[in-house]
Amino acid sequence: MRSLDDMAHEAKDKKAAIGPDIDLDTYSLESVTHADLKNLNTMSKEDRERMTLAGLDVSEKGRAGTYIQRDATAVHSGSNIDGLEIIPIKKALAEIGWIRDYYWKLAAVDTDKYTARVRLDLQDGYVIRVLPGKKVTLPAQACLYLEKEGFNQNVHNIIIAEEESELHIISGCASAAHVTRGLHAGVTEFYVKKNAKLSFTMIHHWGKDVVVRPRSVGIVEKGGLFLSNYISMKPVKSVQMYPTIYLVGKGAVARSYSLLVASPGSELDVGGRIYLQAKDTRAEIVSRTITNGGNIISRGDIIGEVPGVKGHLECHGLILNGGVMHAIPELKGLVDGVELSHEAAVGKIAQEEILYLMSRGLTEEEATATIVRGFLSIDIPGLPAPLKAEIDRAVELSQKEVM
Amino acid sequence: MLLIEDLQVKLGNKKILKQVNLEIKPGETHILFGPNGSGKTSLLMTIMGYPQYKVTGGRILFKGEDITHMNIDERARLGIGMSYQRPPSIQGLKTRGMVQICANNGVDVDSLAKEINFSDFLDRDINVGFSGGEIKRSELLQLMAQKPDFLLFDEPESGVDVENIALIGKTISRLLERDIHATQDKSKKQLTKERARMGLIITHTGFILDYLTADKGQVLYNGALACMGNPIEIFKQIKEVGYGECVRCVA
Repeated sequence: MRSLDDMAHEAKDKKAAIGPDIDLDTYSLESVTHADLKNLNTMSKEDRERMTLAGLDVSEKGRAGTYIQRDATAVHSGSNIDGLEIIPIKKALAEIGWIRDYYWKLAAVDTDKYTARVRLDLQDGYVIRVLPGKKVTLPAQACLYLEKEGFNQNVHNIIIAEEESELHIISGCASAAHVTRGLHAGVTEFYVKKNAKLSFTMIHHWGKDVVVRPRSVGIVEKGGLFLSNYISMKPVKSVQMYPTIYLVGKGAVARSYSLLVASPGSELDVGGRIYLQAKDTRAEIVSRTITNGGNIISRGDIIGEVPGVKGHLECHGLILNGGVMHAIPELKGLVDGVELSHEAAVGKIAQEEILYLMSRGLTEEEATATIVRGFLSIDIPGLPAPLKAEIDRAVELSQKEVM
Repeated sequence: MLLIEDLQVKLGNKKILKQVNLEIKPGETHILFGPNGSGKTSLLMTIMGYPQYKVTGGRILFKGEDITHMNIDERARLGIGMSYQRPPSIQGLKTRGMVQICANNGVDVDSLAKEINFSDFLDRDINVGFSGGEIKRSELLQLMAQKPDFLLFDEPESGVDVENIALIGKTISRLLERDIHATQDKSKKQLTKERARMGLIITHTGFILDYLTADKGQVLYNGALACMGNPIEIFKQIKEVGYGECVRCVA
């Protein structure tokens, strides 16, 4: 049998199925050294601000634990709560036997050159696991930070919610203010076990010439719930991701929510794919996208493989100041008795709504901002209050720039 | 005071108001009657300042200012407010947020909502999935927060269930300062004299007349205001002989 490394070597130059191709050789793998970080407040003000914009709470108050990686180096990793483990993946691979039951078990190394790169040039990443029956309602936080100009950051994350557990993660990805160009490749594998509940909220705050290729796969067992949220509202050159979730146990549920804003020069090709493979499984994929002069491809794909499953897809896009919005919702029913639906809309802000608000005393700009804020404020069920507040804050900060 | 002189309005290529003259003095409330398609809503939308209603002649004065070409938000800030018949819904904007927008500063949304039996709707997106009657209560709640000096009502009672119709009627009466009761300092007559709030109400059913005494009634017919008189008398005539005959007889 070929080893994973062999497979990765063979896929080294394999283009991704979708999205603009990236020449990996134009990015540097030579990292600089970053020292361990005991106290997050010792970071520069600039770095703290950038990380805060990606959802990180540098005070760590109100967080169950923290993982921070600067370029290639895990500088801070630890849990504040019994039953919650946060470990850099390199340390886990060196010291923990069970990690091999999860490492590259869902994601395929030969998916494309980005997964191959993460396999062959792994720098670090996080393993976050909550033990059986443990319910952690405070969010754990992670930040993958790009600091070196032109650097290629390769991370691998594994998240495990054991049986009957609850875990919420806010994962911020950001680049330092001085970084314009860089490449982030990330593999994330999610394991939601029997009756467990996992929410994963990813907030991106990159630089305008950064390219991003996340590769995520998740599996949800019987009675499990997986909420996956993605927020990207800042200029970035190119993001292409199409995370896949398999619902393999009876009654498993996955919901995916995306809030995207594409500025001029940004290309976002973002979607979600959910396989309904067991009885009574449910899927929902919702996206709210705004182009402000950039390009957005909003994909969604729900595949019903057994009778009695339900799925719904919703892509709503606004074109504010030029740009292209391409909604591609897909549904596949492979047997009798599946219920799948979608609604997609691409348009502009209705003049009627602006005038209605103006007749209540708002100026045209205020009215437009109010409508955009409303458009981006989707109620995501099942999130703890601090996480909800964090998402609202990210939207609030970003929507000002949209206008 | 509102003064409309020889107003002509086009919607698209269609002339919808041919010659409208109207004066509403401070403290007065007028009722606007007229058959479907006569231009009643168009007149209200023109006063509010909706840009698709193009004023091709005449002018509108409000509080002594010529507002004929003023933006809709400037008119709102000058003190004009409207209760719509079919307002748009706005995804993600909670009714609570809308009421706060109307008030333009701190307002006790919850207690206002209680008055109009609308507490259960505050955390729902504005007008999304609201029934006809719920929309009317939502519109009134917004005007209660906005407190305009001149209120335009487009069929405020249509679609309202029997349980809430009295509430709607009384609320409009209060918004227009029609429910005046003598106080220790001032007589009812004195208070009536001091009343400044003005109103223009479109009604088909006349139901609103059971809850407030309006000063004048007008019939909009063929793009012009055809007659003026006691609103209850006019409504009686319309019911008995229809709009066409009513206009002819009064004229």
